[in-house]
Amino acid sequence: MQKADWPAIISRIAGVLVLLVGVLLAAGLCVASPHDNPVPSIFEPRSTNAESLYHLSNFVLAITGVIFVVVSSLLAYVMVKFRNRATDVAREPAQVYGSTQIELAWTVIPILIVLLLFLSTARVIHAVQDAAKPAKAVAVTAIGHQFWWEYRYPELGIVTANELHIPVSTPTYLKLLSADTDHSFWIPQLAGKTDLIPNRINEMWMDPNQVGIYLGQCAQYCGTQHAKMLLRVSVESPEDFAAWVHAQKQPAIQDEKEAAGRRVFESTSCVNCHAVGGTNGTGRFGPDLTHLMSRRTIAAGAAENTSENLRLWIQNPDAIKPGSLMPAMKLSDQELDALTRYLETLR
Amino acid sequence: MSSDIMAIHTAEITADRPWLETLHEWVTTVDHKRLGILYLLYALFFLVVAGSEAMIMRAQLMYPHNNFVSPQVFNRMFTMHGTTMVFFVGIPVLFGFANYLVPLMIGTRDMAFPRLNAFSFWLTAFGGFLLYFSFLGGSGLYGAGNAPDVGWWAYAPLTSRAFSPGHSTDYWTIALLVSGFGSIGTAINIIATILCMRCPGMKLSRMPLLVWMNLVMSGMVLIAITPLSAAQIMLCVDRYLGGHFFDTQAGGSAALWMHFFWIFGHPEVYILIIPAFAFMSEIIPVFSRKPIFGYPVMVAATVCIGFVSMSVWAHHMFSIGMSSYTNTFFTLTTLAVGIPTGIKIFNWLGTMWGGKIILKTPMLFCIAFLFQFLIAGLTGIMLGSAAFNWQLTGSYFVVAHFHYTLVSGLLFAVFAAERTPRQTPFLALLHRISLDV
Repeated sequence: MQKADWPAIISRIAGVLVLLVGVLLAAGLCVASPHDNPVPSIFEPRSTNAESLYHLSNFVLAITGVIFVVVSSLLAYVMVKFRNRATDVAREPAQVYGSTQIELAWTVIPILIVLLLFLSTARVIHAVQDAAKPAKAVAVTAIGHQFWWEYRYPELGIVTANELHIPVSTPTYLKLLSADTDHSFWIPQLAGKTDLIPNRINEMWMDPNQVGIYLGQCAQYCGTQHAKMLLRVSVESPEDFAAWVHAQKQPAIQDEKEAAGRRVFESTSCVNCHAVGGTNGTGRFGPDLTHLMSRRTIAAGAAENTSENLRLWIQNPDAIKPGSLMPAMKLSDQELDALTRYLETLR
Repeated sequence: MSSDIMAIHTAEITADRPWLETLHEWVTTVDHKRLGILYLLYALFFLVVAGSEAMIMRAQLMYPHNNFVSPQVFNRMFTMHGTTMVFFVGIPVLFGFANYLVPLMIGTRDMAFPRLNAFSFWLTAFGGFLLYFSFLGGSGLYGAGNAPDVGWWAYAPLTSRAFSPGHSTDYWTIALLVSGFGSIGTAINIIATILCMRCPGMKLSRMPLLVWMNLVMSGMVLIAITPLSAAQIMLCVDRYLGGHFFDTQAGGSAALWMHFFWIFGHPEVYILIIPAFAFMSEIIPVFSRKPIFGYPVMVAATVCIGFVSMSVWAHHMFSIGMSSYTNTFFTLTTLAVGIPTGIKIFNWLGTMWGGKIILKTPMLFCIAFLFQFLIAGLTGIMLGSAAFNWQLTGSYFVVAHFHYTLVSGLLFAVFAAERTPRQTPFLALLHRISLDV
């Protein structure tokens, strides 16, 4: 005698309910406004290419959503309508082996859907990747390192690190290189991901349409501290951007009060990795520190740029970012204090 | 299946044999049913191990700035979890069921090459143990063992000597090389058995669907594992014999590794799911009391998936800066491979339609599979669109997609298939709730 497996059915329903609640909760969290939830969302585009990706995403989600609703309703219907009832005569149901028309129908319709999705995607791929480079674009070369970002503005003669400043509305064209392993440049609100692959030059562009700070992160596993290789893009009005460029072009501030600290910098191995304009530090392995204090964070977003964090970073980088390639400098307390005060003058 | 185990067990107990003798018999067996069980027990063991690694990751990710494990350990966890689940849980489970069921279903006494069968099992087993020996052996850069920490995809140049100076990559490479040869051996065995040893009267068009699916899966294993083995040998040459295939600091190509790996990696995931489709195709008709809807179409769709899945690999590489034409091509093929997969889902629904569905545990797992695999497939479509992919790849969306396919796909199918009559209703209930939640 075939009886309906009630405990199993109840557990199934319970499971589906919990799943539904979970999905709704997750969906609710996803559409929370950026003020409540600081994680940048791909559904809040702020540039032309991000917007075209956003519209395509909505289209794809709509189509797949419809397919999901249709098929899962069919599944639920089938489960309920055709279940074996205890009162049923124990006779086999009609043994249907197939139906050519039905097979044709559910082959042709998916083919059409795929064609539709393919054509709309192809249009967006072409629009983003084959966009002609406008004459008035800001050129930036981004070089990925383990585990920080180097930015050079070749036409403006600036080298900086970790925090990218670009003007609003004017497109910025980035050339992406890598000094070591694979990385990926991802600012969800401004553009899709493009990887930084060593021995290969990748290009991408973005034209932000709103002033603000945009966060992102490295999106390709690059080693121990991939998780703390964060991106910070400051989109500024043309005047603010010009002011920033002007400030970055200045040589390093030579504050005589902190000459002791500068001597520590120049006489230890700091100069092998770090560059500060006007000193003998010309190292390129680590970030350029000429205008260190113009940045809000250190260690690629791993810590706020404060006095304590600077001191801790130099004394014991593993406390902030274990596995980063900055060595513990093993300086005495006085040297450490002097060095930190010197670095804080590099505005 | 369980009655066989009981029969052997009873005989062994009543005969009062020394346990060493029983152990010896199991270790030296070439019988397909015993090897099938060995594969399944092996997979179960590594399922628990890899599951613990997942729990460690979840504990670390419970809240931001947690310090449950160091970044070095966490990176080893996700690498080992992925590698173990794919190579030492997924493949053994499928080969285990294939070994057990295929000869039975085609009416022959054993596989075509019983000793190759045993040898392949032990190669796979040894690969797994070698991979896990890495936790103990060798000297790591940060001490405390040397388990691979390069991701289960082991992208170059992170795996080069410059960026992975310890032996973690070597354990990954050699363990997988060895178990890869085991997989190739079993695949050859399955193909030979199915093509040459069917009972008289069983034409190919009369084989059970499970046998068809294992035939397609084994063909894909042969074509997919070979590039991986080649790439791993090239990586060993890079690391120890002065080669520069993937060594970007000497002009090598990081993208080359990606192509090699994903031309394995993509068919691999279809290798993992096609036998799961096989279980669905066998269980759903039984519990709907109707034959499978559209047997020829199911076969054709599976063969289609087998072929088309060989042409989609670069959808794992949409963000590396390939040309727009390349991205467009792979979008087309990736979306196209969703069509035969969708047809199979519709055919299963068609099988259930008009039937008398018995809602026992195996069928409930099948229904759960259908519901969640639908989500998995649709998220796959989203990922297949290159432009949408640029926002989704390299993020948790991909992790969610492949866990939907593998957990609710492979794992549920396996649970549906391995119901034994001895499991009490209460255990089954608990199992069901915990998995559905």
